[in-house]
Amino acid sequence: MSILIYTENFEGKFKKSTFELASYGNEIAKRTGTEVVAITIGKVSIDALNELGKYGVQKVLVVKNSELNDFSVKAYSVAIEQAAKAVKAEVIIFGNNPSGRAIAPNISVKLNAGLAPGVVDLPSSIKPFTVRKKAYSGKVTVDFVISTDIKVLTLTQNSYKVIESETEISISNFDVNIPAGLYNAKPIKTVMNTGKLSVTDADVLVSGGRGLKGPENWKMVEEMAEILNAATCCSRPVSDLEWRPHHEHVGQTGKVVAPDLYIALGISGAVQHLAGVNGSKVIVAINTDADAPIFEAADYGIIGDVLDVVPKLNTALRQFKGK
Amino acid sequence: MKALVCIGHVPDTTSKIKFTNNNTKFDSTDIQYIIGPYEELALTRLLEIGGLHITVVNVGQKETETTLRKALAMGANDAVRVDAEPTDAMFVAKQIAEVFKIGNYDLVVTGKESIDYNGGQVDGMIAGFLDIDSVSGASKFEIINDKAVIEREIDGGREIIEAKFPFVTSAGKGFAHEPKIPNMRGIMMARRKKLKIMPAFEQEQATKTGTFYLPDAKPKCKMVQADNVQELVTLLHEEAKII
Repeated sequence: MSILIYTENFEGKFKKSTFELASYGNEIAKRTGTEVVAITIGKVSIDALNELGKYGVQKVLVVKNSELNDFSVKAYSVAIEQAAKAVKAEVIIFGNNPSGRAIAPNISVKLNAGLAPGVVDLPSSIKPFTVRKKAYSGKVTVDFVISTDIKVLTLTQNSYKVIESETEISISNFDVNIPAGLYNAKPIKTVMNTGKLSVTDADVLVSGGRGLKGPENWKMVEEMAEILNAATCCSRPVSDLEWRPHHEHVGQTGKVVAPDLYIALGISGAVQHLAGVNGSKVIVAINTDADAPIFEAADYGIIGDVLDVVPKLNTALRQFKGK
Repeated sequence: MKALVCIGHVPDTTSKIKFTNNNTKFDSTDIQYIIGPYEELALTRLLEIGGLHITVVNVGQKETETTLRKALAMGANDAVRVDAEPTDAMFVAKQIAEVFKIGNYDLVVTGKESIDYNGGQVDGMIAGFLDIDSVSGASKFEIINDKAVIEREIDGGREIIEAKFPFVTSAGKGFAHEPKIPNMRGIMMARRKKLKIMPAFEQEQATKTGTFYLPDAKPKCKMVQADNVQELVTLLHEEAKII
């Protein structure tokens, strides 16, 4: 019996969300008296693999297979399914990110395992297996019960903290059997956003709305992001007006985020926007309208024109950070 | 070419969410139901591409037919309602996979996620049942000859994928620019379009929801004067301990 976590690597490296996954898996393993096994696909350095042991992973299965050079939901699912069977996984956990969200449902059908997508906390009970997830686009949370023998989860980023738990780790290669040409969807090109922290990885987000009046005023947003080591994002009207790229849109129909700090600049806070950001630990809002709904969701607020307030705030932040 | 588009019947995005039965059941009183925003984009894009026979499908009870009629008014050719309570994602995916097989479709398009349960799992599960590939969260979609070219967001960037039919994809933001609004002619024609009702296929329930929790009321927002930004920096550092 074991807890299997899919530790996705990004060009051979793990992200903080991977260690959240390991820490989360480790806690479930402790409660169920089992061990945490990680599976990773592709080339990862021994140092990076050993680091997983810091967060409680006892075993790592490294899969190398030329059929997995390109990402295919079907081929990746076959590999993870074979590993799950080999280690008799009772719980299989993915990150709630684009690849985890794609593979988890497939695995769930193949293993006849119930899937809880986007869980935000540890199981409140193992029997029946009950986890908490968001529903109605972040407006509420719900207890979600999985009744099958095998359980599949995807863990929401930044909802569980990284906990060190130094463990003896064993690393081995795991051979999978994947028929050639299994997939009919094949990536032909990948375009990475250059040099910037992504919205889903950042601990701090600086978000701009229509109150900024136009794309030419985004310099101050970017400046604040640079001072705070944050990513920039925006409200829906801003991306619809093409002031900013669509991948920066946060809200119910954009990205749902849960950073430690969310700074809303000139955003009134429509219900759809709030649904996408209300998982943030601290929200700061700056807006001219004292009655704007964003102030109901915010912890700290300033009533004022962002074009006046933000440059002053940037100066104060820069001083504080000694930058 | 034949496309199957899954249509969610979901509460309007501006709805105030309430529950009954000790917070275990969604209270649908005074709730307006709409086509899921992502499914609306999916259907819009396929209509823009043109030359496809489009069937819209929903797993649900009779009340979802008004939503299917709206999809027909947008321009879908016909509709299927699988007559069952959609108990969980696996059950819904199984139904759609069966409809797909019976109708010999070439592709299935779902929304990236429903805006009620936010599972985002049905597309991948359909692919699992049909043993075909899936591309989730597509932000652009083209059909070029006998292939589809799909763009999707990945962690920190985007990926362009070439997919051979059949496959499953789920539509995210950007799939179509703006949802199509049905015109009067479309609404009139929708009344005469075929809406087939099918009995459900067996699939054991794997998951269920329990108690819903509304968020705790937030403490009142602490206001800082616009000419005293230094105080905000101090509060964030000393009180919130976040910077």
